[in-house]
Amino acid sequence: MNLPVQLTLEKRTEDVPRWMPAATAVGSVVLAFLVSGIILRIIGGDPIRTLQFFFSATFGSWPVFSDTMVKATPLIMVGLACAVAFKMKLWNIGAEGQFYLGAFFSSLVVLIPIVPPDSPKIVVIGSMMVMGMIGGAIWGFIPGFLKARFNVNEIITTLMLNYIAIFWNNFWIFDRWSDAGFQMTPTFERSAWLPRLTDYVDQFPSFAGITLHLGVLFGLVAAFVVWWVLERSPWGYEIKLIGDNPKAAEYAGLNIGRNIILVMMMSGALAGLAGMSEISGVVHRLQERISPGYGFTGIIVAWLAKLNPFAVILVSILFGALIVAGREIQPSGLSNMLQGIILFFIISSDVLLRYRIRLVRPSRDAEAVA
Amino acid sequence: MTEETLAVEMKNIVVRFPGVLANDHVNLNLREGEIHALLGENGAGKSTLMNVLSGLYKPTTGTIKVYGKTVHFNSPKDAIAQGIGMVHQHFMLVPTQTVTENILLGLDRPRFVMNTARFDREIAELEEQFGLRVDPKAKIWQLTVGEQQRVEILKTLYRGARILILDEPTAVLAPQEIDDLMETMRAMTRQGKSIIFISHKLHEVTEVADRVTVLRKGVATSEGAEMVGKTKRDLAQLMVGREVVFRVEKDAQQAGDVVLEVRGVNTFNDKGVQALRDLNLTVRAGEILGIAGVAGNGQSELAQVITGLRVCSGEILINGENVANKPPIRAIRGGVSHVPEDRTGVGSAPNLTITENTIMKNYRHKPISNGWQINFTMARQQARKLKEEYDILAPSVRTMARKLSGGNLQKVILAREISSEPNIMVAVQPTRGLDVGAIESIQRLLLEQRRTGTAILLISEELEELLSLSDRIAVIYEGEIMGVVDADQADIDEIGLMMTGTRRKAVAGQKDADQATEA
Repeated sequence: MNLPVQLTLEKRTEDVPRWMPAATAVGSVVLAFLVSGIILRIIGGDPIRTLQFFFSATFGSWPVFSDTMVKATPLIMVGLACAVAFKMKLWNIGAEGQFYLGAFFSSLVVLIPIVPPDSPKIVVIGSMMVMGMIGGAIWGFIPGFLKARFNVNEIITTLMLNYIAIFWNNFWIFDRWSDAGFQMTPTFERSAWLPRLTDYVDQFPSFAGITLHLGVLFGLVAAFVVWWVLERSPWGYEIKLIGDNPKAAEYAGLNIGRNIILVMMMSGALAGLAGMSEISGVVHRLQERISPGYGFTGIIVAWLAKLNPFAVILVSILFGALIVAGREIQPSGLSNMLQGIILFFIISSDVLLRYRIRLVRPSRDAEAVA
Repeated sequence: MTEETLAVEMKNIVVRFPGVLANDHVNLNLREGEIHALLGENGAGKSTLMNVLSGLYKPTTGTIKVYGKTVHFNSPKDAIAQGIGMVHQHFMLVPTQTVTENILLGLDRPRFVMNTARFDREIAELEEQFGLRVDPKAKIWQLTVGEQQRVEILKTLYRGARILILDEPTAVLAPQEIDDLMETMRAMTRQGKSIIFISHKLHEVTEVADRVTVLRKGVATSEGAEMVGKTKRDLAQLMVGREVVFRVEKDAQQAGDVVLEVRGVNTFNDKGVQALRDLNLTVRAGEILGIAGVAGNGQSELAQVITGLRVCSGEILINGENVANKPPIRAIRGGVSHVPEDRTGVGSAPNLTITENTIMKNYRHKPISNGWQINFTMARQQARKLKEEYDILAPSVRTMARKLSGGNLQKVILAREISSEPNIMVAVQPTRGLDVGAIESIQRLLLEQRRTGTAILLISEELEELLSLSDRIAVIYEGEIMGVVDADQADIDEIGLMMTGTRRKAVAGQKDADQATEA
């Protein structure tokens, strides 16, 4: 085939401008919406109205935006958990399990109880946070230790530990703490609830029904802390160095085994905190299926954010919106489709960062050869 | 021209890579049924020449005739079609498949039915013919290295090779296996196969080869000379050369106290073979001790044990403190800097910036860090200063290491290692693969370090570099120091002999070098 112009890819040798990664990401999302619109049109839908509905159902008003943010909250923390581990090329796909164990450990504060039920809110919430992070960190420590000590593949161990965590939870809620035979514990005392905006409806009537809870602040602070650790602290430098070239790290005198364990524990603690925030901010008891796969979505979130902690926040909000939209739009597969197309575009946009695309007019010589 | 049939006739082969003349008008004639040794140091152009013959490279100019017919190879397939088979140093076998399956891999037989029993028999017959014993039904992972090599040889024979190129086949073998291999080679030539045998082990060459071609810096210093009457000393001379070497200016300087002392060190390489044997050496402040030797004789392992990257027995004393088997951080704190052999794989992190690569060893120390936060403004400033001082060519200090050329990356590594003001510097092949300008500036940096009183252990395969930079030269062979000579009084022949396994005393006290190794 003879086209007047041809596309060729050239490897970029110079540095990519700083705005470029963000620009391609935004461009990919816009393109994804465009392509989804075209598909909707082909199958006979009304793309404009659908997309309008998508936005109004997720960002259109304060209450729906709050719903989006509530869904985004655990994703932020779980996404950060994955980003930290991936930065060191530790493939922690056990955030789901770490999330469950965080939920379990934080619930212990109320269920055992660890602090008296009539303690002030700050004590209960505080100890739940600590316990949640400990639970997640333990679930990160196990694969970290196995990898550091015996070089056991962390993908396998973290994946398997997910199931153990879920069934561990189930055992307790089906048996020990079952509420009248249901697969859930009784609702926790109010002192174990994270404050929600709707709780202040007396002072601010417009907060009525807005369920956004304090957990979102955990997520934002965690993003800042993770950014600071990775970009400013010596430890973050070690994580990046090991991630990029473990041999160079060893040569530079780093203790790789210790770092594997520490990073897995930090990753687990972040996922555990997400579990705590879900228990204390949304469901208010320990129950079955507290996560619709947040731990796995977190992997995608971390990748799409290119492991940048602040980008994790934005991507989590987008995915939160997709979850909410999936509930609102029929058929709900529509939001899955959109999710898939966005993923496809963002992943392929990576080419633009590594290659320069050139339009080439084939010369007569080239044609002769062809 | 001889009246014998020539299996291969390579004439005036020139191979030019950007900036390098790898082969400069090389001739090579391979007679039918002979074992022809191809000798030369690393980088002398042996592999290039053989890659031309096996169809991997196209020569810039020159002609190749196979059995009298001029041939043009566009790919290894063409060479195989002409009966040329190459056995590479690194085996290309599928570990989970059987010997027969590996040999058949890539052929269009069998077509539909895997009638392996029939092929097993065929291969067993082939083994019988050449004395290459290996079970055709065995899986590759069950075989020893020597047996795997036999599979590689069988692979080429099964494809009808009449001309075999064996690329350093003995490098991976145990002594007994080497004997077996030589027996096989003789059996093959008796049945009309012609063999090109690449090696830099002189005693093997004298033992098995009929004729020898020696390459030195891309030029043939011997073109198919008969082996009869050749001594190892003759070969060493042809290989190492005796031309006047260009010397970087070096001031005479009194060496100071002993800074590094290696005592009775033994260690194993990654394959589990002993790499260092009871090795002793000392380096003084303000002195460069050069380590000469053919690649793979324990040089890498020596650098690794000193810098804590490999376990060993024996003692490694740095200013009197034993750091053997301590983690690398101990050596770094003891003032050991290390310019590693593998600059991309070990010495730098490819996706980190120049700045991040320069702080690799001081990111926890002032002024780069106050212990809990890295001061990146300071780090960038320092990196810019180093970039200026060491003349590192890069758009900015934000440039990633992988985008730098070899010479500039090496300068980044040197800048980092020198700016730590070390007591000892272990530099492994610091100029390998660099262009002339970069080589010179790096050599100057090393001499500058010497002047400021650093003890330097310089490991290099470039004899000229060692002669011009070192104060003393220790020659290593199979993990043992064969002898130490002063660089100004060094005799290249003597070093050449030591590099190929003759001890210094023996060299000095003997006229005939060949007898010396036997003793």
